[in-house]
Amino acid sequence: MSTASVPLPGWISYGVIPLINLVIAFFFSGLVVWLIGENPFEALKYLIDGALGRGDAIGFTLFYATSFIFTGLSVAVAFHAGLFNIGAEGQAYVGGLGAALVALALDRYVPWYVTMPFAVIGAAVFGAAWAFIPAWLQAKRGSHIVITTIMFNFIGAALMVYLLVHVLIVPGKMAPETRTFLPGGQLPKLDWLMAIFGLKLGPAPFNVSFIIALVMCFLVWLLIWRTRFGYEMRTLGISPSAAVYAGIPYVRTVIIAMLISGGLAGMMSLNAVMGASARLQVEFVGGAGFVGIAVSLMGRSHPVGIILAALLFGILYQGGGDLSFEMPNITRDMIVVIQGLVILFAGALEYMLRPVMVRIYQQFAGRKSASQKLAGT
Amino acid sequence: MKKTLLSLMALAAMAGTALAADVKPAVVYGTGGKFDKSFNEAAYNGAEKFKKETGIDYRDFEPTSDTQGEQALRNFASRGYNPVVAVSFAWTSALEKVAGEFPDTKFYIIDSVVDLKNVHSIVYKEEEGSYLVGLLAGMKAKSGKVGFVGGMDIPLIRKFACGYAQGAKAANAKTEVFQNMIGTTGAAWNDPVRAGELTKNQIDQGAEVIYAAAGASGLGVLQTAADNKKFSIGVDSNQNYLHPGSVLTSMVKGVDLAVYNAFSDVKNDKFAAGTQALGIKEGGVSAALDDSNKSLITPEMLAAVEKAKADIIAGTVKVHDYMSDNACPM
Repeated sequence: MSTASVPLPGWISYGVIPLINLVIAFFFSGLVVWLIGENPFEALKYLIDGALGRGDAIGFTLFYATSFIFTGLSVAVAFHAGLFNIGAEGQAYVGGLGAALVALALDRYVPWYVTMPFAVIGAAVFGAAWAFIPAWLQAKRGSHIVITTIMFNFIGAALMVYLLVHVLIVPGKMAPETRTFLPGGQLPKLDWLMAIFGLKLGPAPFNVSFIIALVMCFLVWLLIWRTRFGYEMRTLGISPSAAVYAGIPYVRTVIIAMLISGGLAGMMSLNAVMGASARLQVEFVGGAGFVGIAVSLMGRSHPVGIILAALLFGILYQGGGDLSFEMPNITRDMIVVIQGLVILFAGALEYMLRPVMVRIYQQFAGRKSASQKLAGT
Repeated sequence: MKKTLLSLMALAAMAGTALAADVKPAVVYGTGGKFDKSFNEAAYNGAEKFKKETGIDYRDFEPTSDTQGEQALRNFASRGYNPVVAVSFAWTSALEKVAGEFPDTKFYIIDSVVDLKNVHSIVYKEEEGSYLVGLLAGMKAKSGKVGFVGGMDIPLIRKFACGYAQGAKAANAKTEVFQNMIGTTGAAWNDPVRAGELTKNQIDQGAEVIYAAAGASGLGVLQTAADNKKFSIGVDSNQNYLHPGSVLTSMVKGVDLAVYNAFSDVKNDKFAAGTQALGIKEGGVSAALDDSNKSLITPEMLAAVEKAKADIIAGTVKVHDYMSDNACPM
């Protein structure tokens, strides 16, 4: 009997296996650190301490995690419909334009809580719009979504640089960025939330968009597992031919799934543009769109998994930066290697340990059910 | 054992001098990375020179994102590093925040202006230096065609391009200037392959001298020009030595000197806030002449450059600054 088809209880496949994968990843990262002549345990201490040691460190970790939750959800929603959206990076970038336009238009007149809903809509609409053409091309023309979304990342970057250099730039300024939003266009920091836990947020840009991200997690869960459309998406994702045979409209499902995906990616910009820097800058996404793919993979495309994976990557980002600050020998390229190892073991090699786990589980469960039988007789 | 003891003593002595002078310098590079053989490396060289001369060690950091840049500035300041030098206009808004939080720390920023009591801003008149190398390019190109390969399409790089075009046309009003930008993302600073392709394209169109203003990507321009027996112009650091006989000259920005001066000013307690705009007159920008490119520059070219320098210093030649009105007359 093939071990791949044996069902494992949730706590093993979603708890134990990822944890073991993570331990292996850290083991190999430790080897690399050791090879370049640094103490791996000290490095780990710096990493954890830099990410979770102080109030502002936790704030930065959660700030990064917020961005990754949005992009992770974006990739996950498309993935459920069998679409591989590599374009979260570009959709987030263009989404930032939507958020920034709203903020620039309203910040003088209304407080932030009035601006926020419009900004959420603006970011989502612009992000969704950027996903629309690849979605339409996939649905109607069969152009592969992976290729088109990658290409749209570059078109998005070109568009945004053009707008920031020519249109939105503050004249005479060196940096291509918009003016700073007034408080009416900024999302406030969540220092009160940190204060509940007795922590000081300090300068960390952890902001209200974290709450929006959690709300979106719930809504995505609702959409995927509790609505008809979610069911249609999942059916399409598992077997397009069966879905079409069952009367699920292919074109409509693909396009709507991608619009939702693009909208979620666009909302990532709320965190970076309105939460952290209070202005639209070039390259503000900074790779969060691509990290979203890893987050979604690791989180098994489930909102809870995505939150956990996003937290892990937030720790790696913030702690990694701190690590290379504390240990100049560990350059920023080394941090990328460590992140890559985590993605490799925790994401891509998901099934490497599964057969072993199944065998162990079967032995354990088999004995248990046998003893139950004995007890019953 | 003896050796370690000795070095320990030396270390202690060094730490002693550092304390006495109360200078603990730190550098935050731009996202291009420390060893780009160009802008950031110039800053690194300046810091190294200071270290060699004074024995005072420094710390540096290569951020990968804007958030990290701000954290690095803050980390250095909060650990008592002084001065902290921010090498890139990308840290403008980050420094505005951080400098306000640490009023006792002295900050320097290169390529941008931050108007605070504890910040010294250094900007360069790149258009003047680019004018000089443009003049050389215009005189060297017999075909009357020269090229420009920029990194990311931002105002700063257009400033280089605009000065270059003005110089080339000053040499020969009919000079044709091809302009290409490598990209629209930060990756454009680190894409020598694409830079090389653009250079090849310009050479195919007849360009004889190509000016690279593209950070680490510029190495691709220099390489391609050398492979095709054409001329190139380096940027920020003196890159003449990279391909002797092919690199016509380099538009040198005195970033190394700026970092060195920043460190020693604070060491000698001579920090002054404000903005310095370094052009030809101040020695901030220049066209590099050394043994590697001596054979490429004719006496007439040398004379023309000297005259242009004098004219710019005297004010009889005004090089238009792209940043002043976001437009180039060329």
